[in-house]
Amino acid sequence: MITKIKKHIPVILLLSPGFILLLTFVHIPVVKTIYMSFFSTPKGRKPSKFKGIENYEHMFSDPIFWKVMSNNIVYAISTIPSSIIIAIIMAQWVNSKLPGRPLLRFAYFLPVVLPLIAVGNIWLFFFLPGFGLIDQVGSLFGFQNTNILGNPDQVLWGIIVVSIWKESGFYMIFFLAALQGIPREMKEAAIIEGANSWQMFYKITLPMITPTLLFVSVNAVITAFTRIEHLFTMTGGGPNYNSALLLYYIYENGFEFWDTAYAITLSVLLIIILSIIGIGQIFLLDRKVHYQ
Amino acid sequence: MKIIKILILSLTVVITSLSVRAIDLEFYFPVAVGGGAAQVIEKFAEDYTKLNPDVNVKAVFTGSYTDTDTKFLTACKSGTAPATSVMIAVTIFKYIDEECVMAWDDILTQDEIDNWIGGFYPAFMANGQVDGKTYGIPFQRSTPVLYYNKDAFRAAGLDPENPPKTWDEQLEVAKKLTIKDSDGNVSQYGIRIPSAGFPYWLFSAIVYGNGGKIMNDNGTETYINSPEAIEALEKLVALSTTEGVMRPGILEWGSTPQAFFEGQTAMMWTTTGNLTNVRNNAPFDWGVAFIPGIKQFGAPVGGGNFYLSIDTTEEEQQATKDFVKWITEPKQSVAWTKATGYVAPRAETWESDEMKEFLKEFPYPAVARDQLEYAGPEFSTYEQPKTVSIFNRGLEAAVAGEKDPKTALLEAHAEIDKILKDYR
Repeated sequence: MITKIKKHIPVILLLSPGFILLLTFVHIPVVKTIYMSFFSTPKGRKPSKFKGIENYEHMFSDPIFWKVMSNNIVYAISTIPSSIIIAIIMAQWVNSKLPGRPLLRFAYFLPVVLPLIAVGNIWLFFFLPGFGLIDQVGSLFGFQNTNILGNPDQVLWGIIVVSIWKESGFYMIFFLAALQGIPREMKEAAIIEGANSWQMFYKITLPMITPTLLFVSVNAVITAFTRIEHLFTMTGGGPNYNSALLLYYIYENGFEFWDTAYAITLSVLLIIILSIIGIGQIFLLDRKVHYQ
Repeated sequence: MKIIKILILSLTVVITSLSVRAIDLEFYFPVAVGGGAAQVIEKFAEDYTKLNPDVNVKAVFTGSYTDTDTKFLTACKSGTAPATSVMIAVTIFKYIDEECVMAWDDILTQDEIDNWIGGFYPAFMANGQVDGKTYGIPFQRSTPVLYYNKDAFRAAGLDPENPPKTWDEQLEVAKKLTIKDSDGNVSQYGIRIPSAGFPYWLFSAIVYGNGGKIMNDNGTETYINSPEAIEALEKLVALSTTEGVMRPGILEWGSTPQAFFEGQTAMMWTTTGNLTNVRNNAPFDWGVAFIPGIKQFGAPVGGGNFYLSIDTTEEEQQATKDFVKWITEPKQSVAWTKATGYVAPRAETWESDEMKEFLKEFPYPAVARDQLEYAGPEFSTYEQPKTVSIFNRGLEAAVAGEKDPKTALLEAHAEIDKILKDYR
């Protein structure tokens, strides 16, 4: 018995620093958030009261909540696959033998090193109606002026483009590393067998980079729900919440309206969504992932 | 001998303790305009500390108005609020509601209330007083004005010294100033009234100019469903739709002066806080005029006030009062106006020699002061951030063409009313 415990002591000691940190800064706050979502916002002398599921009822009957939710789904569906596909194409491109390859890699990676706030400001200038980059180039070809960020039907697409531009380069680095990990012999064998380049990609490259694909797609989902800095510089969620995402709405309720109870309730939903998607992705795709 | 020794000893103790007991006076300030506003504030804090070695003023730059609001409320809730803070005037009801600020009256003598508080322009006190008590001391205050490009006026055959005075005149002029190129693209619009972020501010200018009101003094009721307000929004929306003299869609605040400099628009409505910016950057001859109204002149005031934190000792309160009184003196006030374009909030400042000297070379700040006579308060209610957000959302929906003006305002009013009911 004692020897058994003795055997476990080093394990416990090694695990405990990470475990304690995660417990204090992740798991306990999550549990407390869920607990607090059943209470009202304390205000001045009025302490918070138990409200049961009233906060959740309010959330589901809030039209703005549904708007930001559907925005976020459109945002996720449009940014995740396209940035991953672009990243794979870019990675293939910079992995092949080209003159000036380091420069090209640097150019693709540049958006990653810029903070998203700065990216937002740069694109704000591109989008300026009348004298922004897009309109200046467009006017050379006789296109009409645009006002993408000021148009409720187009603003979300403007934000989506910025996000793809920013994230693709980041994912590219992972795919590049994965591509370089593919043994040369496999490719050489395929060439001898007479495989064309599509078959090479589909039968060799893609299966070999599936671990990276899983990692990147989990990351991409998290990014789609948690990176919102560009909204602050570019649109403020406007016009009329047409570019607001779920986390932005949480921030607005929590730190602008000081309706902390509602912000907490929305946060619980965000936690649930991300856990389901994250865990689901790992379980669902894990079986298809080819680990060496 | 012994007694003398003890006396000397105790005296040194008293002296050292006195010199050590300099009060640390922390204050938060936001910067909402371009230029070197932050440096000027830091210089004020330094100068004051030099004049008053027993007080150590620590000016803490806290970002935008919204950031400052967040930081102040967070600090207040955790019991570490600064003694005073410059924050947007209209959030007054929230600070009272959250029990974070106290009335200046509680630490002022009757003489100070009459002469110091009484010396500010009444238009600027409107957003700073509740139930006859003063919570906000005007500091960085502004009001929107009409900026116009005199060169563009000349090119269109208009009199550059005769800017439009009414909404109809403004529309006429804007039509003449709108120029299309061969592609059908508008190369110069007549006017630009920015609508991103906080459209309620400039919109309330149109409502005041139409003889309307936007809310009551107690912050418990809004009148944005009134016929005056609905007509105002219809006129605003028409500029970019039926009349075609303004770029369609939501227009940014930040890039509005840029659009003016680039000749994208010949007139713009924006805050006096941009006067210095326009002065330094406009490559053409320009002028400033009152905001043209549908029936009369009208404009809201805006900007930030000094608030007194509730979590202060009596000593800190006295030091804060002394500092705020000093910073609103003519000398400092003129320097502030010069650096930013904010409207000096006290009549005595405008009568000072320094101000008269300044106006001789740059007369436009006086236009803003003269407009104060027609100015009304800025939109301010209980639960301010929430109500103003609903109001803004409604206006954005109308300007962007998602809803018609009447529906947008009626819906916004109903939603705000639901929130304010609890405070009546």
